[in-house]
Amino acid sequence: MTATTDAPARAPRTSGVRALYSGNARAVMARGLLATRSTNWIVVLTGVFEPIFYLLALGIGLGSYIEGVTDPLGNEIPYAAYIAPALLAVSAMNGAIYDSTWNVFFKMHFGKLYAGMLATKLGPLDVALGEIALALLRGAAYGVTFLLVMQVLGLNLSWTAFLALPALVVIAFGFASLGMGITSYLKTFQQMDWIPFVMLPMFLLSATFYPLTVYPVWIQWFVQALPLWHAVELVRGLTTGALSPVMLLHLLYFAVMIVLGLIFTTRRLRALFLD
Amino acid sequence: MPDSVITATALTKKYKDFAAVDGISFEVAPGESFGLLGPNGAGKSTTMRMVGAVSTRTSGELSILGMDPNEHGPEIRSQLGVVPQADNLDTDLRVRDNLLVYGRYFGIPRAIVAKRADELLEFAQLADRAKAKVDDLSGGMKRRLTIARALINEPRILLLDEPTTGLDPQARHILWDRLFRLKEQGTTLVVTTHYMDEAEQLCDRLVVVDKGQIMAEGSPSALIREYSSKEVLEVRFGSERNAEAASKLEGLGRLEVLPDRILVYSDNGEGALVEVIKRGLQPITSLVRRSSLEDVFLRLTGRTLIE
Repeated sequence: MTATTDAPARAPRTSGVRALYSGNARAVMARGLLATRSTNWIVVLTGVFEPIFYLLALGIGLGSYIEGVTDPLGNEIPYAAYIAPALLAVSAMNGAIYDSTWNVFFKMHFGKLYAGMLATKLGPLDVALGEIALALLRGAAYGVTFLLVMQVLGLNLSWTAFLALPALVVIAFGFASLGMGITSYLKTFQQMDWIPFVMLPMFLLSATFYPLTVYPVWIQWFVQALPLWHAVELVRGLTTGALSPVMLLHLLYFAVMIVLGLIFTTRRLRALFLD
Repeated sequence: MPDSVITATALTKKYKDFAAVDGISFEVAPGESFGLLGPNGAGKSTTMRMVGAVSTRTSGELSILGMDPNEHGPEIRSQLGVVPQADNLDTDLRVRDNLLVYGRYFGIPRAIVAKRADELLEFAQLADRAKAKVDDLSGGMKRRLTIARALINEPRILLLDEPTTGLDPQARHILWDRLFRLKEQGTTLVVTTHYMDEAEQLCDRLVVVDKGQIMAEGSPSALIREYSSKEVLEVRFGSERNAEAASKLEGLGRLEVLPDRILVYSDNGEGALVEVIKRGLQPITSLVRRSSLEDVFLRLTGRTLIE
């Protein structure tokens, strides 16, 4: 008998027309920075102020009437110091979401930018990483600005607040990655309108302005599934100094978000532009 | 003969059951200017996307610069210049920045890209618009910028998908002049078009494609010789009398009776006209013209509207 060897089964292509990565995501990011610098940097700047207004109005203004607020470990803290870390997480999220949703949507469907990029040596993962890095950068810049405001207002209660910086980068990365992943599947303006519909309740309900314990248990479960809740808890622990091992779980949540977003985005770019 | 830079054998692309490209075979030699001529929806752009290594083939063989795009997509793309059918310039960037940024996508060092960008702006006659916004350029300028951008990586093959569609005559002639210079410098050009004059201007050799298949292949003049005649006589008798007049024109050459006129394919158009009048027919208007690729094209792909 002769031994026959089967032709090797067709493995998922990592080379060829649909090759994923050329190690040049920085060219995509550099393009984004140049485009931002030459066209809409003022618009970029305005996004910083929204959470600052919330902090002044609700934290300092309304907060002067609120007593008995505690940090995650039960120590009494001013209301402003309670919501500031939440708004810090929100500012990182907002920055990351602006670039990774609407901007990506336009580039994908109207600017035909990605089709042009993928006709070069670049692969879909270069484009995904470059664009996500750009969104991340914006989120991190918003976060850093807000963190400085908090420092000036004396709302950073612990030295661990500086650890909020790397945490913000992770949070912005997560939102940018998943934001672009989801956006890449959306085709119409009507579908894009669902994004604020999801973002606004998440912003209001994720233990941003009051603790989770005010909710019935089943709503608590729901809120705990949302990414912003994990971001808020992580940052609040760091700026108030109430550290706990649960924070590692929050980080894990964002790690999963980053990976999922990259996978979705890359697959979609491939399907759209490298059929 | 040197090895060909593109070899396609029974190249096929199917979308579900529909075959956009249905088993076409062709070769392109280095330095050659090769045309894909065909009506809308013939499969030209799909072929270009496969040659451009941004679309996988369903079956058949394809070799670009000696490499299989299924194995070496990025390596192939890094040696191609692509001018897509619709301009996809980066409108967020200024003219010169478009070239710089695109060069960086190929990983070309900054200093080299900058030098090439300036040369290409000269070549594209856009040096004085280097800092302009892309949206402020005219259609012809955008097209030239797209071509300049496609040359930033010094490609061995330049793919042009309907390069002059939508441009005015001046802009077309400037563009043809630039493309002709590239050809003189030895760049291999692959052009799709449905303009016959463009194919005659630019292409050494071409294939006529229809419904995803190759209908004919050859140089423009050879195709005219084979599928048409040296000259064409067009005579009009008025729409009511065309059919009746046609019956008296037998033997003058191949006839084509259209609603508004009769075409007589003949190697001697003037002689044919004399013969028409000898047979007692009085055309309202008559025209003797050189046969063109358009005649070949319409003969091969038919006169019905293709959508």
